Amino acid sequence: MKPALLSVVRMRKAFGGLVAVNDVSFDVSEGELIGLIGPNGSGKTTMLNLISGALRPTSGEIRLGRNQISGLAPERIAKEGIARTFQLVRVLPSMTAIENVIAGTAFVGDRTWGARAHTLAGALLERVGLTGRENAPVSTMTYIDQKRVELARALAADPRLLLLDEWLAGLNPSELLIGIDLIGEISREGRTIIMVEHVMDAIRTLCSRCVVMSSGVKIADGTASNVLADPDVIRAYLGDDDA
Amino acid sequence: MTGIHRDEMLGLICGGVALALLSLLPLLTEGFYLSFGVNLVLYAALSTAWSLFSGPTRFVSLASAAFFGIGTYSVALWLDALPFVVLIAIAALASAALAALIGAATLRLSGVYFVIFTLGLTELIRQIVSWSQSRFAHKMGLYVFTDFTEGDLYWMLLALTAATFSVGWLINRSRLGFALRIIGDDETVARHVGIATARAKIVLFMISGAFAGIAGAIMAPRYAYIEPQAAFNPMISFMVVIMALLGGTRRLWGPLVGVVPFTVVMELIAARFPNESLIVVGIAFLAIVYVLPSGVTGRIECLRERLRRSLGTGVDAPGCGKIEGRA
Repeated sequence: MKPALLSVVRMRKAFGGLVAVNDVSFDVSEGELIGLIGPNGSGKTTMLNLISGALRPTSGEIRLGRNQISGLAPERIAKEGIARTFQLVRVLPSMTAIENVIAGTAFVGDRTWGARAHTLAGALLERVGLTGRENAPVSTMTYIDQKRVELARALAADPRLLLLDEWLAGLNPSELLIGIDLIGEISREGRTIIMVEHVMDAIRTLCSRCVVMSSGVKIADGTASNVLADPDVIRAYLGDDDA
Repeated sequence: MTGIHRDEMLGLICGGVALALLSLLPLLTEGFYLSFGVNLVLYAALSTAWSLFSGPTRFVSLASAAFFGIGTYSVALWLDALPFVVLIAIAALASAALAALIGAATLRLSGVYFVIFTLGLTELIRQIVSWSQSRFAHKMGLYVFTDFTEGDLYWMLLALTAATFSVGWLINRSRLGFALRIIGDDETVARHVGIATARAKIVLFMISGAFAGIAGAIMAPRYAYIEPQAAFNPMISFMVVIMALLGGTRRLWGPLVGVVPFTVVMELIAARFPNESLIVVGIAFLAIVYVLPSGVTGRIECLRERLRRSLGTGVDAPGCGKIEGRA
């Protein structure tokens, strides 16, 4: 087994009395594409926010490679090599598509800027299927195109770990196929990805491994087919009668 | 972002020509018009410096008078000991240091606290300077006698305005300027793409404060006798904010559009109704916030965008008539 790129150790996040993430631990290996799944309100997005630094943990530890990143500010974690997309797409509304993507590369890694950043961002927009749309204001783009821009922005950071928060949500069936292909391609290039997702087809097609959460607790961790057949997981999603 | 666009080239040429024409003023006139010209370029420099920071971040600063006063006192305290150029450098550094302190203390807070803090701090500094002068120096003010003519001061302020513009233009093209646009759009995204948002804001506030401090230093010889009440006059802060908001802060040259008419109006008021000037400032402030929330330039751009959209080719104009200040 490859060494763990990301280790989450007994991670806990409490909002007052509500424990949104309850001592969850899991590892992600280099090059893996894992699905973080579970019913609504099970703490998946909170988990992602803890990894990206949007939230500070109550206790527990997260390591990226050898460095501890839990408790760092999001801008520090971004520099350590984690990039993300957001559950409700967050593009920079006053800017063009290419400027949005340049934002992803200008402040991390070797801080690519100027002509090189333009070339890189142009190539990434082409990559996500937005050839020729470089100078379109993102505020005029459709939802899926904004999601593409957001993905290109995350890729522009050349992250060691990519976090996708329901990136496929809200797409129509044909867009969904394109989206699944795109994520598959990115994964095959060796990029390590954690995706929070509700679209089961995507999970089955893409994920080598799944971590399942329910009410803040990890209830299963294994290959997609095993995990989705697990009675506990079925119970969490559908209730007792179907287990 | 790369290279110089045609619009920018045009702006550069227009700016250069305007600068050359304006620099002729002291050769053509003295007395009233020159003194009016000094006021005009002073507020042009201060408002442009103010909007360097407050434009993109939308934090309304009332600390202009603090920077201005610190600049004035830098000159008054050491005029006999050091050359004027060094004093200007001291003014810039001291103001930048103050800006760094204010920024570190408040920029993580929301905009309202920032406004109150900057206003209160200016008052505090004024009181401290008054107190320490009467306590240790046993006098109310300091004399500043130099050989500078009104024309010299005018030229220096004009050069300062040009420098403020150039720096603003360079910032807009730099990573820092880009970072601030991102922060203005979405601070959460900004942090997640690796921008240390607090530091970026502090750096910009320091640059903005340094220019206001230099303006104060240049103005010191004109006052001849420096008192805390004049050097740290909160009216300076209010005037700067009103002029910049009237012009609009979305473009670098926006504040200028507000400076010219407002300086003229204030000059007329001061001449005819000297006791009512505060009322005018108050009414103007209300009128701007309610009628022209994004300033004259913002309004013009908004109308142009609406025209283009009604012709069927344009895009959504974000925030037509939206309140610009976060406070």
